Amino acid sequence: MTRALPERDRAAEARAAEMEAQIAGIQREIDALRRRGEKDRPEVAGQIRALEARGEELREAMLAFRTAWQAVAMARHPQRPKAQEFVRALLDEFTELHGDRLFRDDPAMLAGLGWFEGQPVVAVAPCKGRDTCENIACNFGMPYPEGYRKALRAMRLAEKFGCPVLSIVDTPAAFPGDAAEERGQAEAIARNIEEMTRLRVPVLVVITGEGGSGGALAIAVGDEVLMLEHAVYTVIPPEGCAAILWHDAGRAREAASALRLTAQEIAALGVVDEILPEPRGGAHLEPQAAIAAVREALRPRMQALACLPVEELLRRRYAKYRAMGYYEEQS
Amino acid sequence: MLNWLRRPKHGRISRRDMPAGLWVKCSRCGAAVYHKELERNLKVCPKCGWHHRLGAEERLSITLDEHSFEEMDADLASGDPLRFDGYSEKLSEARTNTGNADAAIVGIGSIEGRRAAVGALDFAFMGGSMGSVVGEKIARVAERALADRLPLVIFSASGGARMQEGALSLMQLAKTSAAVGRLHEAHLPYVSVMCDPTTGGVTASFAFLGDVIIAEPGALIGFAGRRVIEQTIRRKLPASFQTAEFCLEHGLIDMVVPRPELRGVLARLLRFFGAPQVEASTAAAPAVAAPQPTPGEPGGPEVPRP
Repeated sequence: MTRALPERDRAAEARAAEMEAQIAGIQREIDALRRRGEKDRPEVAGQIRALEARGEELREAMLAFRTAWQAVAMARHPQRPKAQEFVRALLDEFTELHGDRLFRDDPAMLAGLGWFEGQPVVAVAPCKGRDTCENIACNFGMPYPEGYRKALRAMRLAEKFGCPVLSIVDTPAAFPGDAAEERGQAEAIARNIEEMTRLRVPVLVVITGEGGSGGALAIAVGDEVLMLEHAVYTVIPPEGCAAILWHDAGRAREAASALRLTAQEIAALGVVDEILPEPRGGAHLEPQAAIAAVREALRPRMQALACLPVEELLRRRYAKYRAMGYYEEQS
Repeated sequence: MLNWLRRPKHGRISRRDMPAGLWVKCSRCGAAVYHKELERNLKVCPKCGWHHRLGAEERLSITLDEHSFEEMDADLASGDPLRFDGYSEKLSEARTNTGNADAAIVGIGSIEGRRAAVGALDFAFMGGSMGSVVGEKIARVAERALADRLPLVIFSASGGARMQEGALSLMQLAKTSAAVGRLHEAHLPYVSVMCDPTTGGVTASFAFLGDVIIAEPGALIGFAGRRVIEQTIRRKLPASFQTAEFCLEHGLIDMVVPRPELRGVLARLLRFFGAPQVEASTAAAPAVAAPQPTPGEPGGPEVPRP
C-alpha cells in the first residue's frame, strides 16, 4: 500500500510565486525600454543587459523552488520533444500502422512497428504538434475512441507476435467532444486499461510530458512505468480541478500544487517506477540528449522483462496495480 | 451484518412546504407525492416516472433477498495521502451524513435465490467518487467473486475519480479494471448497472467493462462533463445527450431497465449465467415489497430529461 506524502512546503510555493512575479515585472521593464526605441543608446543597452542578467538569476533561483505550476508549464512546453518524435528516434525502421478497423484513423494517436536495439517492438504514442497548424491536424494530442482502439489493435498485434509494447505518453486528455462520447470514449479507455493489465507481453511506458488522466492511463498501464523529470501525471487537469473545487479555473496554480502531480511526488506515491533525469533546463533544450537518456533507461529494462516467464510477468503487473492506494483498515 | 434500516435515509427529495414529511415534492416534475407511495414505488415518481437517486443501502435492500447480504470490508476508510486542503473535513462530513465509511458497500448476497458478489456506490458520499477505498472494495469483491466462482453485480453512481487523492485515485481505474479482467479470464459473468449519474473515471473503468451493461431510465452516463464538452465544441448539447437512452441508441449499453423490473432482469441473467442457488429455505422475498405497477402505463413510465 502507498505511503502518504509529507506536508506541502507552502513557504517555498509562496517564494516561487513571488519570484515569478518579479521575473514578469523585469520582462515588462525590458519590453518598455525596447519600445522607447532608444535601445541602441549605450546606457539603455546596458540597463537592458543588467535587467536580463537579474531575470536569469531569478530563473535559476526559482528552479530551486520549482512549483507544481512550473512543472505543468514545462510538461506543456511547445518545444518539448513530442511523443511521436521519441518513437521515431528510438525505433529503427519504424513502420506506421493506421486505423482502428472500426471507424477511422485518428491522427491524435500514432501506432506502429519497429526495432529497438535489435528487438522488434510495437509502439504507441499520442501526437502533439509543434505549431497551431500541426496541433489542429492532430487535435492537440487528444485522441478519440478510435485512437485508443487503434492503440489497442497494435498492442494485440504485439501480443500475437510476442513482442514488447513501448508506449510514450504525452496527452492533455482524451478528447472531450460529443462525437467522442457517442462512440464510447469511456468504453475505449476502460477496455484499453483492462486489456493492458493482462497483455501477455512486456509493456514499457514512458511519460514524457502531460499524463492527462484516463486519456493517458489508457496507454500507460505497464510493467515498467518511467517518467521524465519535468513531466506531470494527474487525475484531472489543474484548471478543471480548480473549476470544480472553487468554481474558478483561474486558481489552477493552487490546484496544480494540491494535486501533487510532479514526477517527484508521483514517484513518492508509487504510481511510477522511476524518474528519468532530463538535460539541465528541460528536455526542450537538448532533445537528442533526452531521447538518449530514455534509450539508456529502456535497454536494460526491456532485456530484464524479456527474461520473465509470462505468468510471472502478469502476476507482478497485477500485484503492482493491486497495491496502489492509501486507506486505513481496522482489525 | 447490516443495520441499514435503522440508519437515517438520505433521499434526494425535497420536503419543502410539505407538512410533517407526509408529502414530498418530486424534484423533477414538482408534483406532490405521498411519501409512503414514493417509497413503495422504489423512489420512482408515480407522476413523471423520474428515478430518484438511491443510497447504496437502499439500492441493495430493494435488490437483494431479505437477510441475504453479508457485507465485506465495511471498516475500510480513506486516509488523506496528498494532504489535500479540506479533504479530511469533507470525508468526516460525508461519514456523518451517510453513516458509512466511504462511497461503496460490497459483499455477498442473493437475488431470487441466486448468489452473487455485489457492490453499490453511494452518490451521497462525496458524489460516489472513487478514491483508494472504493477502488480497493471493488477489487476485493471481484476477487471474492473469483475465489467463490460467483457472478459479480455492481451498481454504479459516481461523479468519477476522487480528485482529492490525485494520481492514486486515477490508479484505481487500473486496479478495478485489472480485478474485473481476472473475472473475464475466468469466464465468470459480470453485470454492470449504471444508475444516475455514472460519469468520469468510473465509466472509464469497471462500469463499462460489464459482460452485460444495464442502465436505469434517464440516468446520466458519460465520460467528459457536459460543460467541458460544450466549451470545447462551442455548441449547446441537446437535453438527451449522455442519457441512458442516448447510450442505448449508440450501442454503448445493452438495455435500459426501469427500477421496478430491475430485480427480475438481474435474476434472469444470474440464472442464465448459472449463478449458484442458495438453499430453498433461505431464498426469500426482497427486503422491500415489490411495487404496485403504475396504473395505465404497462410498459413503464416515460422519463423525460430536464
